[in-house]
Amino acid sequence: MSSDMSNSGHKPDGGSAQPKAPPANQPKFWNDPKKRSLLFQTLLLAVLGYFFYSVVDNTLTNLEQRGITTGFDFLTQEAGFGIAMSLIEYTEASSYGATFFVGLLNTVLIAAMGIIAATILGFLIGIARLSDNWLISKISAVYIEIFRNIPLLLQIFFWYFAVLRTLPHPRQSIEFFSSFLNNRGLIVPAPVAEDGFGIVIFGFFAALVGSWFMSRWAKKRQEDTGQQFPIFWASVGLILGVPLLLFLVSGMPMVLEHPELKGFNFRGGITVIPELIALWLALSIYTAAFIAETVRAGILAVSHGQTEAASALGLPKAKTLRFIVIPQALRVIIPPLTSQYLNLTKNSSLATAIGYPDLVNVFAGTTLNQTGQAIEVIAMTMAVYLTLSLVTSMFMNWYNARIQLTER
Amino acid sequence: MKYDLQPTLPAPSNTIGVVAWMRKHLFNGPISSVATIVLGYFLISWLIPIIQWTILDADLFGESRDACTSGGACWVFINVRLNQFLYGFYPAEEYWRLNLAFVLLIGSIIWLVLPRTPFKGWMALFLLVVFPVIAYFLLYGNSFGLMQVETHLWGGLSLTLVLAVVGIVASLPLGILLALGRQSEMPIVRSVCIIFIEIWRGVPLITVLFMASVMLPLFFPEDMSFDKLLRALIGITLFQSAYMAEVIRGGLQAIPKGQYEAADALGLGYWQKMILIIMPQALKLMIPGIVNTFIALFKDTSLVLIIGLFDLLAIGQAANQDPKWIGYSTESYIFVALMFWVFCFSMSRYSMHLEHKLHTGHSNRA
Repeated sequence: MSSDMSNSGHKPDGGSAQPKAPPANQPKFWNDPKKRSLLFQTLLLAVLGYFFYSVVDNTLTNLEQRGITTGFDFLTQEAGFGIAMSLIEYTEASSYGATFFVGLLNTVLIAAMGIIAATILGFLIGIARLSDNWLISKISAVYIEIFRNIPLLLQIFFWYFAVLRTLPHPRQSIEFFSSFLNNRGLIVPAPVAEDGFGIVIFGFFAALVGSWFMSRWAKKRQEDTGQQFPIFWASVGLILGVPLLLFLVSGMPMVLEHPELKGFNFRGGITVIPELIALWLALSIYTAAFIAETVRAGILAVSHGQTEAASALGLPKAKTLRFIVIPQALRVIIPPLTSQYLNLTKNSSLATAIGYPDLVNVFAGTTLNQTGQAIEVIAMTMAVYLTLSLVTSMFMNWYNARIQLTER
Repeated sequence: MKYDLQPTLPAPSNTIGVVAWMRKHLFNGPISSVATIVLGYFLISWLIPIIQWTILDADLFGESRDACTSGGACWVFINVRLNQFLYGFYPAEEYWRLNLAFVLLIGSIIWLVLPRTPFKGWMALFLLVVFPVIAYFLLYGNSFGLMQVETHLWGGLSLTLVLAVVGIVASLPLGILLALGRQSEMPIVRSVCIIFIEIWRGVPLITVLFMASVMLPLFFPEDMSFDKLLRALIGITLFQSAYMAEVIRGGLQAIPKGQYEAADALGLGYWQKMILIIMPQALKLMIPGIVNTFIALFKDTSLVLIIGLFDLLAIGQAANQDPKWIGYSTESYIFVALMFWVFCFSMSRYSMHLEHKLHTGHSNRA
């Protein structure tokens, strides 16, 4: 069927250019891959251009009819609404621009908290899934199958409406470790730094720098002499010990401010709002189920020959795990783990359903409704998530590349 | 000299039976034994009250909350509203239309899933092309003598299924085009596809839904108005097509290079090569991935509650607000969770089974 077509005529996906057929029967221009691809791409650009032109045109007309001026001027206007939780100074007199940063920081906070908890829980369950003990392994399997097959939003609602909102009123709070749990959240004692606490923070950072130098020195010594140095425990001791020592020496310059029941609510202490707790629980539990599967698959991907070779070399079981299995498993685990972290960050936008003041709730919700600047607000919100995604995946790619280098 | 075989002796008693199994799997070593005992204790002390609450002490039949007297779960709440959970606000005398569409859907899926049924290809074509058209006329009506049912009356499990099925069916062709475009040698086509895919994959579905419900009306001339459900469907389809494209790209890359080269050597054109040689092989490999994205989409459809559509979860949420039934939210969450779970779990089992089946051969990697 292809006898009547020249050989180079239908290869839009390139391939090696054959020596040209005699110029006598020149291929038609639509059979020339170069010209054809040029034509296709011009067409695509034209269609896209027209599409965007008409969208922009329609949008401007529609906005004009509704009396909305485009532009980012609204960011400096006074917002005039309160936000339940803010990591930075925020009052009703702050600008719409400030609501953006409040929301952004709250999103980053819940994402970071969720990632840490989900990683710990996920690794524990993923390893437990591979346990020799039938009961442990089955409990982990049941956990994974239950939580990853139920929509996250439902889990958030469950924790928020069915668990946290049905807790007792502040007056009947559940008390433990001088913290209080009630339907307005968890109130914990607040550490208040006094004069001279700066030296403890300084000590902490100094210990961080010190342990970095120590690890370089230990590595060099091992390369030169072959002697090992317990770098991990030494660093832990340094990072925890130095600040603690300074803290004690400088006369413990920090007090705990205990919350007290005044009237119908608590005064003092730090209040963790129930929305944050519900979101954090749901996100960590849900994502941990996926991470557990990732971890299990990663460990199973290390071939059994590696373990056998390690024991043939006489490595004890703990060292086999640490130097042979885990480094190789991590290479398999890291890429899917990255996408789980990204998913968690994106899923944190479900906060808006229960009113946790994250970016989507505060900025793409209240601010959008008050200003009507849909285009700008949605574009800024999407840009934030895109940037977070791209930065996370860039970081993970870098980490991945570093880990891959250890391959022979 | 004895020439006949000795009778086979039974296995040593400490290697067979319940005791041996328990020694091997529950009490192999001191740490394991302690873990088993502690975990077993917690498990039993948790499971007994849960079973008591959900089954033994529960009430199932009745008309109002007065029927819930046993102190356990009040399934009366669910029972009274079961039709709403399944059909939303669809008129009761038209339920048969939803039932018929559901039977068609499930029937053709079972046909496809069962091994060794004939005409699988035609059935898949029916499911992907003909069924959505039939379902549209059945559900929306307004023709063939069927009463029109406005989309704001749709809800419950049937709306969840509509969203998920439309999302997957509409995103499949778009995803195929995007995946092919991403592998294209034409730089502009490739970059347009990459930008499209990465943007949709980088933002949360909820902002996409917000965009679809707030910004889509702005994008089109004043006289073009979109139904709320349609806007959600457009958002979901665009979002889903980016994920679908990545699944399909995975499938395309799993096809050995020799297949592409052989098609080129036969002198097939690009579309002939793709449609006749590559896609039939790749699509088979993609089915587990497609099922997995379908599971994710099925769970994600619950987000439409935020833009005011009444899917299964939103119906449950609305039921919890009913002043006559305050305090039974746990029951409704458990019921909705169970519905989602049954669908998602069975699909994930199927996809695992397929992955296992497809694992033989066909990989170009050692």
